Amino acid sequence: MTRFEVAGLDVRLGGKTLVHDLTFDLGEGELLGLIGPNGAGKSSVLKAIMQLLPHRGGIRLGGRDLAALPARERARRLAYLSQDDGVQWPISVQDLVALGRHPYRGSWWRGGGAPRLDDRDAIEGALRATDVWDLRERKVTELSGGERARVRLARALAVEAPLILADEPVAALDPRHQLRVMSLLREQCRQGRSLILVLHDLTLASRFCDRLLLLDRGEPIALGPPGEVLTRENLREVYGIRAVTGEHQRQGYILPWECESGAG
Amino acid sequence: MTRRRRRWPLLGSRRPSLPLNLVLLALLLLLSLVSLCFGDAPLSLAEVIGGLLGTGAEEAQLIVRQIRLPRVVLAWLVGGSLGASGAALQGLLRNPLAEPGLLGISSSASLGAVLMLYFGVTALSPWMLPAAAMLFALLATLTLHGLTRAGSTNLTLILAGVALSSLAGALTSLALNLAPNPTDAQDIVLWLLGSISDRSFAEVRLCLPFVLAGLLLLLLCAPALDVLALGEAEASSLGVDLSRLRGLVILGSALSVGATVAVTGTIGFVGLVVPHLLRRFVAYRPGRLLLPSALGGAVLVLGADIALRLIDTPRELMLGVVTALIGAPFFLALVLRSRRDML
Repeated sequence: MTRFEVAGLDVRLGGKTLVHDLTFDLGEGELLGLIGPNGAGKSSVLKAIMQLLPHRGGIRLGGRDLAALPARERARRLAYLSQDDGVQWPISVQDLVALGRHPYRGSWWRGGGAPRLDDRDAIEGALRATDVWDLRERKVTELSGGERARVRLARALAVEAPLILADEPVAALDPRHQLRVMSLLREQCRQGRSLILVLHDLTLASRFCDRLLLLDRGEPIALGPPGEVLTRENLREVYGIRAVTGEHQRQGYILPWECESGAG
Repeated sequence: MTRRRRRWPLLGSRRPSLPLNLVLLALLLLLSLVSLCFGDAPLSLAEVIGGLLGTGAEEAQLIVRQIRLPRVVLAWLVGGSLGASGAALQGLLRNPLAEPGLLGISSSASLGAVLMLYFGVTALSPWMLPAAAMLFALLATLTLHGLTRAGSTNLTLILAGVALSSLAGALTSLALNLAPNPTDAQDIVLWLLGSISDRSFAEVRLCLPFVLAGLLLLLLCAPALDVLALGEAEASSLGVDLSRLRGLVILGSALSVGATVAVTGTIGFVGLVVPHLLRRFVAYRPGRLLLPSALGGAVLVLGADIALRLIDTPRELMLGVVTALIGAPFFLALVLRSRRDML
């Protein structure tokens, strides 16, 4: 069992507290959504878990302290999809996805070598799971935004890590691609992987996540099933909005409607 | 319809870089022989080979070994350093316009060398020359890196480079003017534009160990530079130690470029043109570009050095002039292409 636990996480940067006293855990195959207004500290939580930001508190995966793990070991257990798509060079889709196998690479002199067979299986699996197999020889710089998002997701899946962290994986995608990527991520949970996603779209968050963690100015406000977190009260106090809520096919939806008058 | 389940070739592995490296190596050896044949006293191929092996006429041996071979070896070293550093800096800064010459690393190294030479410090030890050049190259690289760390655009990087190289160029001219033994304009031009003519093995020995060490450090970065194509955060999530990578590229470039500039002066644009031409042959992977760029840089410098001897001018052209004539139009084309990013 790979249980993921965060206990008393504090992230401070330049004298400013980005995240304060955050505790949560995540079971195998669970999808947790991190929500909250801009600047709530969602991305900082992911970066702290990735050891990209200085922090205090325990972060353990399968009982092992992540900070104490060597970088390569950690890289095999955690896959991370950052918010900005930084790919600069026109490398091919499959070469890009193959970079996800870097944590398994042998010594440096094998650097230019072709991926080994189990790497190929992982790469092929990731390309097929995200439905970019037919794009594999295209250059990433020539793809549409939706295709690129899936290719980047394939890169993260190729790591075959038990825990995947993704920072706004569906931002800037059209509704069809948003649903497509979210279903892909949900499918990963069915295969036993755990996911933590930073999301802005509350309907997607409520529909696809098992649990939501609502943050506001670095403080955890609520943690639980979407129905318990996305309450009228929380929306008003944290987001300062009124929303239309309802149910469709026994799942809740939420439609931000207007700013709360008098709220922040 | 049957499901296709055959082994599929990875694009990158279908184009391994070994053949490319072998072609470049063959070209390099060929040009080296051509370079050994040319000169004020043209020698036949047989005379050159006889001179190299020590079996030919004494005069041919002397010309080949003492005069022309150091020039060829220096072309390898300076071209290899500039090519590999250009490719590594482009990978690290994730910017196709990065280049030791354009960024002012070469001219800073040149300034360091000039200060040592013309103020008599080299009398203490000849090693002061490459040491100062490498130190200045290191300072320049660190300055650039510091300036461009936080979300740099092409524009800030190039502007920082322009500022650095014009400052170093101006200080070099000033130092040469103020030197205890004032030198003529030819000397200033030499350091600002660079040349590999009239060099001996003493100069080769001064830079060789540092060039080899620098190139080794740069080649160690290859896999990490590939992964850095994903961006810093994701590369780090894949186990790449970013500070180690930065340190290796900066130190490797400073050692190799600094040491060669100490004996040749600044030679521009090699690190820009060569990676740009070769990138498509390595499937645009920044790490794989390193070795071909080193070989290609040596080919380009050697070719330019042969060309300047073929062109009949009253006075031999400077190597840096020839590389700039080839490189500047390239630079302009690249700038035009990335104009949209810069605005």
